[in-house]
Amino acid sequence: MDINSIDHILDEAAKNSQPIWQVVLSEEQKDSGMTADEIRGRVEEAYRVMKTAAVSGISSDMKSISGLTGGDAARYYNHIRNRKNVLGAASAKAMAYALATGGYNAAMGVIVAAPTAGAAGILPGVLIAAQEEYGLAERDIINALITASGIGAVIASRASISGASGGCQAECGSAAAMAAAALCEAMGCTPRQCVNAAALALKNSLGLVCDPVAGLVEVPCIKRNGIYAVLAMAAADMAMAGIESFIPPDEVIDAMFQIGMNMPPCLKETAEGGLAVTPTGLAAKRRIN
Amino acid sequence: MFDILGPVTVGPSSSHTAGAVRIGLVCRTLLGGEVRRALITFYGSFADTYKGHGTDKAVVGGLLGFDTDNEKIKESLRIAEFRGMVYGIRTAEDIRYHPNTVVIEAAAGDRKVKVKGESTGGGSIRIAGINDFQVDAVCLLDTMVIMHRDTPGILAEMTRVFASNGYNIGNLRLSRAKRDGNAVTVVETDVPVDADTGAQIREIKGVSDVVSIPRF
Repeated sequence: MDINSIDHILDEAAKNSQPIWQVVLSEEQKDSGMTADEIRGRVEEAYRVMKTAAVSGISSDMKSISGLTGGDAARYYNHIRNRKNVLGAASAKAMAYALATGGYNAAMGVIVAAPTAGAAGILPGVLIAAQEEYGLAERDIINALITASGIGAVIASRASISGASGGCQAECGSAAAMAAAALCEAMGCTPRQCVNAAALALKNSLGLVCDPVAGLVEVPCIKRNGIYAVLAMAAADMAMAGIESFIPPDEVIDAMFQIGMNMPPCLKETAEGGLAVTPTGLAAKRRIN
Repeated sequence: MFDILGPVTVGPSSSHTAGAVRIGLVCRTLLGGEVRRALITFYGSFADTYKGHGTDKAVVGGLLGFDTDNEKIKESLRIAEFRGMVYGIRTAEDIRYHPNTVVIEAAAGDRKVKVKGESTGGGSIRIAGINDFQVDAVCLLDTMVIMHRDTPGILAEMTRVFASNGYNIGNLRLSRAKRDGNAVTVVETDVPVDADTGAQIREIKGVSDVVSIPRF
């Protein structure tokens, strides 16, 4: 699927008075030759995998393969169960599920890269929590995932979704933008609100570097999935209130690309800068190898 | 769309795990049978981080025929021993290589192959070398790998078979080591090539081997 601008999605949506998911679904049908039902079926399967990963990640305290991380999702979920959470119920759950998926990923569990494995917790975290808290229909969640993939496709086309080329803003930032738009879609917002939610989420992820300890998708990635699930919800909440991004979505994506190009290689997944080269980060690396 | 919402894969990294599984799978497909021996050499970031990313398990899992979403990948090293596959893992450096490169030298029965694969991000891969021939296959379309003698007219023969069976070639690259030696041609098509067409290619004088790699 090659959609290269958010404006194009908005134009198509306006022309046919359609929601974004419908525009994206039509594009994908044209591109892949699959029927709408076949595409929906694959998205439903992806959502099943997402739920399994989130639930498995929360209910176990398994360690990552490196032994560096594990157990934080269960810890936070207990915190919610004890009603000690400061965050509202939906965002607290989103954070728990995102942490869980990130931890499950680090333990070689099966996840859906959305858009990457490193940022795989944000989109499911937000949607699973929203479905539980607001009683959303399965069909609305599937539509929301289709909208999310449209937003992700534009970001991949105009900028990048790879930490090695754009830093973490391209991974967790893109995932947060996708999740924010998806949540708006699931809650019945207008196309304009959906894309503004994406812009607000991405705008507030700009400059985020990829500096993983020992080069592994663990520190700071897992907790960042948790925090950025909450950021995505905050962006969606603003958009639902009618707040718009001063910089239009396509321009925010272009800015993300430009910032990624200017980011030094040591902060783009090489583990040669930032948190990776702190004394504690380096000590952890020595312990593993 | 399913490159954004996907792939469905074991973690922890789409480039260091999912992509590595796919390179192993391509190697297995090229051998066309149960892999008995494999020497796996990691370069660059693969060499630095393969343990923590389970890249070794991923490549071996692919060689065993596990797809990216198969939970058995976690246990692939043990399963390999159980199935009698002998493997070796080592690291090396070559600054000219893509940072996520693996070279696999593998054998199944009397067939041997050497594959150089690059994991280019998000689970995408590029096969950059087969048996020391430089190739360029990203496996997003259906791909046919043809080993043959480097003789005049052989390419015309191959394309004639594709055309007469109604296949549109999207991309074709012939690579050879030296003149009058051996060559490998990689052909990408929009739809899978049927077995009969594959057999016709195999019958061309000078063609020694034909393997079809299904798209991801």
